[in-house]
Amino acid sequence: MDQEQEQFTFDFKTETAQIVAESRDELKLTLGEFAGPLDLLLYLIRREQANIFDIPIATITDEYLKYIRLMKKLDIAVAADFLVMAATLIEIKSKMLLPRDPAEVEGEEIDDPRRELVDRLLEYEKYKSAAQMLYERTTVEQAIFSRGPIDSDDNNAEINASVFDLLTVFQKIVARHKDEIQMEIHREEVTLADMLKDLKRRLGLSKELNVLSFFEEMHTRRELVTAFVAVLEIVRVEGVRLTQSKTFGDIILRMA
Amino acid sequence: MEEQVQKAARAPGKLVAVVEALIFVADEPITVKLLAEVLDEDRESVQSAVESLKDEYEARESGLQIREIAGGYHIATRTELHEDVRKFLKTRPSAKLSLASLETLAVIAYKQPVTVPEILEIRGVQSASAIKTLLEKRLIVTKGHKETVGRPMQYGTSKDFLIQFGLNDLSELPSIEDFEDLVT
Repeated sequence: MDQEQEQFTFDFKTETAQIVAESRDELKLTLGEFAGPLDLLLYLIRREQANIFDIPIATITDEYLKYIRLMKKLDIAVAADFLVMAATLIEIKSKMLLPRDPAEVEGEEIDDPRRELVDRLLEYEKYKSAAQMLYERTTVEQAIFSRGPIDSDDNNAEINASVFDLLTVFQKIVARHKDEIQMEIHREEVTLADMLKDLKRRLGLSKELNVLSFFEEMHTRRELVTAFVAVLEIVRVEGVRLTQSKTFGDIILRMA
Repeated sequence: MEEQVQKAARAPGKLVAVVEALIFVADEPITVKLLAEVLDEDRESVQSAVESLKDEYEARESGLQIREIAGGYHIATRTELHEDVRKFLKTRPSAKLSLASLETLAVIAYKQPVTVPEILEIRGVQSASAIKTLLEKRLIVTKGHKETVGRPMQYGTSKDFLIQFGLNDLSELPSIEDFEDLVT
């Protein structure tokens, strides 16, 4: 039942990324998903079976750099965060190679350059475990099903008036205006912006507006088209609803 | 006076039935407070009706269960029946979140309200796309700006987070310190 699952399938315990070197000449890679440089680092430390409080920094740094080179070779974009960690590792490694300052008072606590990194790793690992816990919770939750949504006025109000209802109203008005349409060309057309402003102002005043009567105020086909687009626009952009109480009834614009 | 109280309240059996019906039709977990308001009953009676409903489901080993989630009650199928339910629905279990998103969500759940730089500090990696995904899935919400340099946005988990992860409230999450024992 587990084969061929969706894109994100991983088992925290066994399927952390694996770099598998196969025999023969070719290098076979199973690149898992590392959530970040700390994740990769933890993986390498575990693979080396190293003590997290005493990280063999030279070995781990080499392994880490090897992995990053591999990513580059495979043309996987190496995130900047991975490179930052590489620089940090190299810095710690070089600090550890330096002889201690002889002037330092004996017996005084010497800061381990690895200390900060260890703290971060331990802190990170807690959240990694928490992520695992969340993942397990989702798998449990996925075994539980509840019913789908039930239709109610609340979740369905906007759909009451469809685009086709709007078009029907529009056509009705066009038909009514057919005889009145004059053949003069108006230069000073109403712009969509003006129409929107007017519509907004009127909605602000009365909270609701009958779309039919709004369309009826228009004199030219052009104005009608602009008004129609303005209604669509205000529904899309502002929190305005189109409602229709019964089929083929009047459509009302209402402030949400 | 006692009679008046009797009049206002439904018979206990009737109350259990109507509570069951409302829990069933509610889209989200429904609270005792809301149930009491809608039914015009006091909260204690509603609470005991919910409890007896739960017991009843348990007692007869129903295929459904009453779950306590996000501070409310919710009706759902029993976990053990998932194979047959899945067979019927033709769905397969699948992880809905990437590893990076889950980690980011874990940090937000435990550290909320938390800013992007604070998440970066813990995870050691940029989490911008994970945060975008979590916002889109409504698992997290913005919690205002932090009054510090740059006034970064703070994030916290949402009610949907509780619902999707089957939690009654955030205190049901195991303490982050409990994970320390698993480390090393």
